Amino acid sequence: MAWIEKQRYLLDLALSSLLRRRGKNLALVLVFTTIVFVLASIFFFTGSIKREASLVLKGSPEVVVQKLVAGRHDLVPESYLTRISGLPGVKNARGRLWGYYFEPTVGANLTVMVSDADVVRQETMVIGKGVARTFQLQKGQVMRFQCADGTERDFRVAEVLSPESELLASDLVLVSTQDFQRLFGVKKGFYTDLVLEVRNSKETATVAEKIKRLLPDTRPILRSEILRTYEAIFDWRGGLLLFTLGGAALAFIIFAWDKATSLSFEERREIGILKAVGWETSEVIALKTWEGIVVSLTSFLIGTIAAYVHVFVASYVLFEPVLKGWSVLYPQFHLIPFVGPYELVALLFLTVVPYTAATIVPCWRAAIIDPDEVMRL
Amino acid sequence: MIVLKHVTKTFNQGNSNEFTALKDLNVILAPNKVTVLTGPSGSGKTTALSIIGAMTKPTSGRVEIFGREITSLPERFLAQVRRTQFGFIFQHFNLIKGITALENVMIPAYPNGEPLGSLRERALSLLELFDLLPKAGSKIDWLSGGEVQRVTIARALINNPKIIIADEPTAHLDSKLSREFMDIMAKLKSEGRTIIIASHDPAVCESEAVDEAIRFRDGQILPSHACV
Amino acid sequence: MFLRCLAVAAALLFLLSLHAWFTASESSPVIKEWQAMVQRYDLADLCLFTDALYTRNPVLTDLTTAFQDHPAALEHFPSGTLVAPRQRGSHGLD
Repeated sequence: MAWIEKQRYLLDLALSSLLRRRGKNLALVLVFTTIVFVLASIFFFTGSIKREASLVLKGSPEVVVQKLVAGRHDLVPESYLTRISGLPGVKNARGRLWGYYFEPTVGANLTVMVSDADVVRQETMVIGKGVARTFQLQKGQVMRFQCADGTERDFRVAEVLSPESELLASDLVLVSTQDFQRLFGVKKGFYTDLVLEVRNSKETATVAEKIKRLLPDTRPILRSEILRTYEAIFDWRGGLLLFTLGGAALAFIIFAWDKATSLSFEERREIGILKAVGWETSEVIALKTWEGIVVSLTSFLIGTIAAYVHVFVASYVLFEPVLKGWSVLYPQFHLIPFVGPYELVALLFLTVVPYTAATIVPCWRAAIIDPDEVMRL
Repeated sequence: MIVLKHVTKTFNQGNSNEFTALKDLNVILAPNKVTVLTGPSGSGKTTALSIIGAMTKPTSGRVEIFGREITSLPERFLAQVRRTQFGFIFQHFNLIKGITALENVMIPAYPNGEPLGSLRERALSLLELFDLLPKAGSKIDWLSGGEVQRVTIARALINNPKIIIADEPTAHLDSKLSREFMDIMAKLKSEGRTIIIASHDPAVCESEAVDEAIRFRDGQILPSHACV
Repeated sequence: MFLRCLAVAAALLFLLSLHAWFTASESSPVIKEWQAMVQRYDLADLCLFTDALYTRNPVLTDLTTAFQDHPAALEHFPSGTLVAPRQRGSHGLD
């Protein structure tokens, strides 16, 4: 009980001590909070997307089969589809038609696709919200496409996909099979790639091996690889993130070091007075530790809450110019709120602990002086 | 009773500016008395005061306080002894600027962890004793010299110590305040405390409250017990 | 007083975490909509960056595409640094 009361006194004195040097400590908290804000924003954003990917791509195709010629994609012929369908272990196989269309006037890349689930009428298209936004299209309006044979074709918007779907379908343009073939000059009986369902999900790798042996110029892609790819996005080893994290860490170290090597005369005097009136060295250090904790904990809480608001309420506005890069068609994600406990705890320890430790170092040197010296000050 | 046996204190040992402040000091200070350590500056009286008050350890020799040897105590226990047995009044007051008189008075008791209510009460009653109650909530930056002096005395008493140590307490006071100070010391003595003052101020040494004067010169005690 | 502010802030953070935890659960309607869409269109990639083929479909892109997209073969920044190529399995199929 006495211990708790003692800590309360220490905290009280620590607060008053910080307030007495208001300007310096306010600047410290500001810098600190900014660093935490940037880091936490990154954590929240990337964490949210990764989580969305892991939840959503669980239903992605079990196996995608591509054909490669000289290291590049080639169209898959119907015969491949027939032969693969005949393999034991393959429950269902179908061909997909999809490709990229570059729209030169605006400079946007679109993904044009044929969907078996959506029956799209001739010369109409179902477009993603990003397409609608970039080309300012509404239902019923028309957009002109350049076909592979040099002719032009107008497509009317039959439907615009929901805004929530932007994460998956922002740049999507769904057309009918004939329109796709005419647009890209793809002959009948050829597909962009094949998607398979396997009978036994544990046998996916085996089935993939069989396909490879049967058709050596194909490349099967497994669902596990899809999921792992998205676990690895926004990896800290990626150039941009490395620089940001490195920069933040450097800023933090410089600041903490600066604090660590400078103890004002007034602070030193106060430590001496405490020693003189009967405080032990450990108690003086405890006081300084509380000062460190107050500053870093305050910064952490403010920074993290601000980051949460920034990413999930204000739609990560500060990251927008960075993320947009060279894209013309820029998806506006609906981010599901994500707070990773591990990341938060890691951030907490990475900020509060080193900073508090850095505050203690100079104080230790001051706190071990003989109180006798205070008499002579 | 405070006993110093063969106490020597050397500063900057081994360096070129080595300086011996006290040489083989032997002194017994009686309890419940006001003792003044007097002498010119540099005579070692402040150092002696430091050693008596457990603020520093002698280079050699032993110090006993009420029969308990403190020279070999580790720093932790020394600090506890300092906190519970002693109250300090410094020459330069040494209060923490920017906080109130009340907080300054309470600070030496913080490590004890006693409940805030009783601590506040005790601190307030001490301030009241010295007519400082209206100034209790004022920051000490706003107090006059005499008021600050009284706050330091109140602070020295917060842990109810048996021994009061004062280093040149009248250095920043006029004669009226110096007299008041000595009156307060006499009162504290009558409460059963032991007072030890280091001062080269004749007003202190010649005060009626003083029971004994010990003269220092060049780190040693002179046989004469006169004031000047 | 400081402790009270601290407690409020900590409580706020905790509540936000709870909110996030609940909304991110699989039963959320947005997630269900997305899952339905993935199945409907056989999607293998999220639509994160549309500036290059290899940033739009990191999973499906072939190995040489990254080098084809620009005459001077410049990296697409920052999407190229944020999106890693497909994580290949140990099956040695490509």
